[in-house]
Amino acid sequence: MSAITRTEVEHVAKLARLKLTEEEAERYTKDLNAILEFAKKLDELDTSNVEPTSHATDVKNVMREDVNRASLPREEALRNSPEHEEGQLKVPAVFE
Amino acid sequence: MSLFDKRLSEIHSDLRKKELSVTDLVEASLSRISEVDGEIKATLTVDEEVARKQAKALDERLAKGDGEFGLLFGLPAGIKDNIVTQGIRTTCASQILSNYDPIYDATVSKRLKAQDALIYSKLNMDEFAMGGSNENSSFYPTRNPWNYDYVPGGSSGGSAAAMAAREFFFTLGSDTGGSIRQPAAFCGVVGLKPTYGRVSRYGLVAYASSLDQIGPITKNVEDAAYVLQAIAGFDEFDSTSADVEVPDYLSALTGDISGLRIGVPKELIGEGIDPEVREAVMTALKQLESLGATWGEVSLPHTEYAVPAYYLLASSEASSNLARFDGVRYGVRAENAQNLLDVYMESRTQGFGDEVKRRIMLGTYALSSGYYDAFYKKALQVRTLIIQDYQAIFADYDVILHPTTPTTAFKIGENVDDPVKMYLEDICTVPANLAGLPAISIPCGVSNKGLPIGMQLIGKAFDEATILRAAHAYEQATQHHLRKPELVRG
Repeated sequence: MSAITRTEVEHVAKLARLKLTEEEAERYTKDLNAILEFAKKLDELDTSNVEPTSHATDVKNVMREDVNRASLPREEALRNSPEHEEGQLKVPAVFE
Repeated sequence: MSLFDKRLSEIHSDLRKKELSVTDLVEASLSRISEVDGEIKATLTVDEEVARKQAKALDERLAKGDGEFGLLFGLPAGIKDNIVTQGIRTTCASQILSNYDPIYDATVSKRLKAQDALIYSKLNMDEFAMGGSNENSSFYPTRNPWNYDYVPGGSSGGSAAAMAAREFFFTLGSDTGGSIRQPAAFCGVVGLKPTYGRVSRYGLVAYASSLDQIGPITKNVEDAAYVLQAIAGFDEFDSTSADVEVPDYLSALTGDISGLRIGVPKELIGEGIDPEVREAVMTALKQLESLGATWGEVSLPHTEYAVPAYYLLASSEASSNLARFDGVRYGVRAENAQNLLDVYMESRTQGFGDEVKRRIMLGTYALSSGYYDAFYKKALQVRTLIIQDYQAIFADYDVILHPTTPTTAFKIGENVDDPVKMYLEDICTVPANLAGLPAISIPCGVSNKGLPIGMQLIGKAFDEATILRAAHAYEQATQHHLRKPELVRG
């Protein structure tokens, strides 16, 4: 049995907000299967008593005083947006 | 001696003695770029106007002769294009950011400027730092200056190739799974990945936040120490930045390594390592021994699990980090979008390249409900085992030595059709990222085909000083770093 089916690949693409052509769906199914087969190597290890590590350094929550400081001017913050109007980001309607 | 062969410290003193001007340095860099970069393609952006303007301002300061001169005064720097530079386009070599004009400087950009370095050029890379060959740049692939048929490595391939071809006086790269060290090895230059948290990631476009780290690529170890000195240290804008004192790296370069204890992991020196690479590294080990170091064989028993764990973790983090590219706040928006969902779908589909999509999908899958425990959490647990492997070695040793890469550079196009094969090339570099440890790659020879070989020294967390000292002592004794590609031999 393959690790991931084409239907699952298409579902994952949708979750990731990507469109796939027929050819891509085919190819990514093959690639992801190869990669996930390779990843299954980790199952050889018994990790039932091993704590997960998400960061290698021992950083805990970093706190600071909640004080006002200068922020970006609005024009600057909008400068790279594809479309904006009256100081707001502009996007097409959610529904047609 | 060519200007580019001088150490940064020598240039610094020549500038002070007025034997050189900053304009000389900038003109040398610009003419070098126009001479060789048409073929090498290490740069994505070169702003000559900005370069000359900065040079003029610094030369005026030099003429006045007053005030402080920064550590990197007058030195043209090449910056990997995933590090934001105010006013200079930053693309991550991706179509989705092809028009991005940063509104702020990354902390490292700011620190380089504070030390009077010049920033006017951005360097090619694998798109969003995903890749090991620069073939994933959405603009054009970079070529290896030692042989144009070969890749320069990646993802900081532009930074390594530009340094090897002497287009700048130093460059910055970023390293998530080897992206500074592997191209440095392939291009015969020095590449340093500092400890995770040593250098601020603020303004580095995130690929895998728990692994990414910025570092220098230079032509010798002393230069790397100089650049690290300028960029290292706590930054309140990066919550994972470490509040750990930064030592004087230059004074660490004593040349004395007597009594240094070197561990050589058997998993990374035997099977799977090209015999020529192995021989070069074993020869280097004997040279280090003759300088007074001792060594012993050690084991990193979970080495074979590092690459799959790395790809699951890096891709998972990437799928989350790259969700921000949606065609709304910045970047390129697809023109044919009819509604908001379409904006997201079309902008991302048109804006991301193949490897980026592959990793986003792998990460989305590994984080999705039902698979999280089997893949993502499992990989986090394996990460713990890898960290423990290193801790066991560092109880008895000061540094770890092994090749930077299993082979020398491969040909352009050779590995593009097989992602797993390409991923396995990272076996010697990803473990240090998973453990957050500092690691340096330095040249230790050239293969029969005339391609550089790199060896890697890995140190304890926040102990860059010891790997720099060992690398520097080796470099002084062997001079491999003085070899240059034919291209620049001139």
